[in-house]
Amino acid sequence: MGEASLLEVRSLAKAVPGPRQLFRNLDLAVAPGELVAIIGESGVGKSTLLNILAGLDDANHGTVAIDGTVLGSLDDAGRTRLRRERIGFVFQAFHILPYLTLRQNVALPLALVSPDARAAEARAEEMLDAVGLSGRGDGYARDLSGGELQRVAIARALVHRPALILADEPTGNLDPETARRVLALFAEAVRGHAAAGVMVTHSDASAAIADRVLTLGADGLVERRV
Amino acid sequence: MSDWAGLISGRLALGWLIGGEWRFHPARFVTTAVAIAVGVALGFAVHLVNGSALSSFDGAMRGVSGAADLSIRATSPLGFDERLYPRVATAAGVSDASPVVSLPARIGRTRFTLLGVDVIRAANVTPSLIGRRPRGPDSAGDAAFDEAALFLSRDALTQTRAKIGAVVPVVANGRTVRLRIAGTLPGAGDVAIGVIDIATAQWRFGKLGRLDRLDLTLSDRSVAAPAVRAILPPDAIVSSAVAQSAQGDALSRAYRVNLDMLALVALLTGGFLVYSAQSLSVVRRQRAFALLRTLGMPRRAVVAAIVTEGLGIGVVGAAVGLLAGYGLAWGALRWFGGDLGAGYFGGSGVHLVFQPRAALGFFTLGLVAAILGSVLPALGAARAAPAAALKNAGDVVDPRAPAAWIPAVLLLGAGVGMALLPAVNGLPLFGFAGMALMLAGGVAGVPWFARALLKPIAAHGAWPVPRMLAVRHLYGAPGEAATALCGIVASTALMIAMATMVTSFRGAVDDWLGTVLGADLYARTTAGAAFDPEVRMRLAATPGVAHVAFSRQIPLTIAPDRPPISLIARPERQGRDPLLVLIARAPTIPATAVPVWVSEPAQRLFGWDPGETIALPIAGRTRFYVAGVWRDYGRQAGAVLIDEADYQKLTGDTGRDEVSVIVTPGEDVARVSARMTARLPAALRDQVEITRPATLRRFALTLFDRSFAVTYLLEAVAILVGLVGVAATMSAQTISREREFGMLRHLGLTRRQLTDMLATEGAIVGFTGALAGIVLGLALAQVLIHVINPQSFNWTMTTRIPFGTLAAVTAALTGAATVTAVLAGRRATARQAVLSVREDW
Repeated sequence: MGEASLLEVRSLAKAVPGPRQLFRNLDLAVAPGELVAIIGESGVGKSTLLNILAGLDDANHGTVAIDGTVLGSLDDAGRTRLRRERIGFVFQAFHILPYLTLRQNVALPLALVSPDARAAEARAEEMLDAVGLSGRGDGYARDLSGGELQRVAIARALVHRPALILADEPTGNLDPETARRVLALFAEAVRGHAAAGVMVTHSDASAAIADRVLTLGADGLVERRV
Repeated sequence: MSDWAGLISGRLALGWLIGGEWRFHPARFVTTAVAIAVGVALGFAVHLVNGSALSSFDGAMRGVSGAADLSIRATSPLGFDERLYPRVATAAGVSDASPVVSLPARIGRTRFTLLGVDVIRAANVTPSLIGRRPRGPDSAGDAAFDEAALFLSRDALTQTRAKIGAVVPVVANGRTVRLRIAGTLPGAGDVAIGVIDIATAQWRFGKLGRLDRLDLTLSDRSVAAPAVRAILPPDAIVSSAVAQSAQGDALSRAYRVNLDMLALVALLTGGFLVYSAQSLSVVRRQRAFALLRTLGMPRRAVVAAIVTEGLGIGVVGAAVGLLAGYGLAWGALRWFGGDLGAGYFGGSGVHLVFQPRAALGFFTLGLVAAILGSVLPALGAARAAPAAALKNAGDVVDPRAPAAWIPAVLLLGAGVGMALLPAVNGLPLFGFAGMALMLAGGVAGVPWFARALLKPIAAHGAWPVPRMLAVRHLYGAPGEAATALCGIVASTALMIAMATMVTSFRGAVDDWLGTVLGADLYARTTAGAAFDPEVRMRLAATPGVAHVAFSRQIPLTIAPDRPPISLIARPERQGRDPLLVLIARAPTIPATAVPVWVSEPAQRLFGWDPGETIALPIAGRTRFYVAGVWRDYGRQAGAVLIDEADYQKLTGDTGRDEVSVIVTPGEDVARVSARMTARLPAALRDQVEITRPATLRRFALTLFDRSFAVTYLLEAVAILVGLVGVAATMSAQTISREREFGMLRHLGLTRRQLTDMLATEGAIVGFTGALAGIVLGLALAQVLIHVINPQSFNWTMTTRIPFGTLAAVTAALTGAATVTAVLAGRRATARQAVLSVREDW
């Protein structure tokens, strides 16, 4: 763990109701421009870990710091603000709002912090260009394929230049070829924006695009040679 | 940055969310806005009609009063001694006084108030009562001094269809006098009055030595009022335009407030419809809100987005409602007049009066209903954990979770407690507030009620699969049924409460009429005519008459700002009147006391209890002993019964205006009636109406039903809004389960089985709603019967349950919900099963 890490996790532990301990002693550091993939069996707590990193769930023990800000020191409003300004998300099910245009969907994180619609939409248009969807900003979710929807989601995750990008099974709903292209785009975006990227996946093929691959188990994360 | 700052900076995103939702679901927006509009329109229209009628009534009172500074009024039609006039005219602070004789009169069938004035005095004090001849004002008074000259207001002239110069027979105080229409009364406004010289009025119409009113102009009110009060006899009171206005207001206030409240039921139902629609919309957008929360939208922004939607619905609905309400009121006044059925404002021409404060009030109520309907779903959406909501497909129902009942019990308890508080200024405000809380509690308890109802059915394992699925779905998610049902439960409960109250009231009135109309024939005089002692003897001696009881009924003003009570003089001391329904009596009547029996409304209004000594402003004798309390549903302002011998001794009034007749057994009632008519003097014959008790009873019940007709209409609209709510909500719920139906079709359920499942669900939901509405309605009826009615109208009754209505409501609601569910199900199951589950693959 270096001083330049954008994400620092120390001694994290999480138990669920009942006798079950999901993980403990979990340490993780992610540097700017680095993409880390976390793999593990179903039910091991991968999504829970992402939720804790996003401030959507609480750990039983340990600390999470994003760009120097310790999540535990923030109340709900502070965590909300941190997510709004410093974190980007990519989901397996895309979650593109069907009643907003694609441009508005991408611009949503900017619209949450500023009422300047023109600036937000111009930046969203840039991001759509960057993910290969030039000129599609006026369209709606129903007009796109799964791969295109996930590219819109990636554009949305990066539009506000976050320090940390969290991705939960970003290619789980895509065919292999589309998944490969989307992952390449995702990795390029993380590196190009010098953000810290954490991706949770089942798939070894998806994990292969990451700089580091970590396996999540009951005793935390174990690095795996790719 | 706080949550609030985040809300402000995120307003662009909020705008996109709200705009997107409305663009994609305009029907939802329109339906909810229309529901609010209907509620606002009904409430505003009823308020406008009543307000306009009251305003016209007020104007009519001012027209008859002539807008004097202050008036001395007789407490009864017997008037007061005219020797009071010079004493009042010279009292300190009084600059001028105008004596007036006032009589109810008619020309043909046109009824009007006949005023006798001194034209010279009236010219100074009440110039609006000065007549105008075709050539100009009658300021010289030469026509007014003509004993046959009559000046009619425009309204009276129009109604009589007579022309100026015509000689017409005027009937008043039992006498007919031919008068010449000499001109009009331009200052009288829209009121039917006629003015003649006071000497003619006293001489020709039998009021010699008596006056009914003294109109005053004052040089110093603060000096005049106490000076005049000091010299007043007991049979006169000081009154002002304000007090007159208050009297008119008091007469109908409880009725108007009750009708306003009823009209607001539709708005309340509209508010619940907003709640249903917003709840569904929130469930549908659960993942969208979760996404936005994940992306950093503050909780308050989620609340703000949904409440802003409610605000938009409220603004549009309330604005449209005000316009529609104004149109509705205009139409109602144009086609039905100012009386909404209760008979308070009959007879006066009513013009629509726009009431800006009422408009603002109803607009605000519309907004509040829409916003409140949105707040609970908004808070629920903001509370949802975003991570869980993003992962789940939206169905996070846990059938093991108990249905909450504590909020319902608390609200119901608070409602009952509040309903027990006394009236405020004669209005049952706490009663209405208590009903609102009980209603909220009842609606909050629907999930618990639904689960309790379904528990034994759910435990029964041997159902066919479609029905088992239906029962399990509703048992597991009773909140869903409650969302669909809240509006209809509220409107049904209020409808059942009203129906129970009206049934109880009607039954009580019917029973009461059966008792009080115990004679075979009834007769009464009109236009102030009376049966004098000679006529009474002749009538009593009519062959076939076994028993006659003559009575006198006159209005008696107790306080200038309250409507007069009825003083009824009847034979009472020679044995208790069998027609009197006594509900309380004093243990003994002191030998020296003059007993009176007060009606239940009089007891409640004035606090006159049996055994008390009370003062009545009549004939100078002011102390009476309350010997008992009798049930009376006929006179809302109260009545006092006095033995006719005591009455005659005190007042010297030998006239009687009503008679009840018991015919000899075996005699033909119609023949006896004809014989009695034949024995009347020719001049009196056309001033006496003879009726049978059955006719009176039918007439009374027709009046009763008419006075509640508008109530039924308002309830019907509320039920309709509630049914639309059930239909819209159930449709939306069914359509949102498309994927579930797709999955079931994959598993092998036929479309017919799906329809069976949905029909069962619909029937259960409708039946549950009807049952919940009935239980809640019967509880609310107790507040109406035992709190609202006594506090508003001062009469009590026992509960009678309208079983037929309950059965009809249950059948209608169950049927409507079943049909709605089946129709919505057809649409939802029409798509190919494969497409329905595509997202789950």
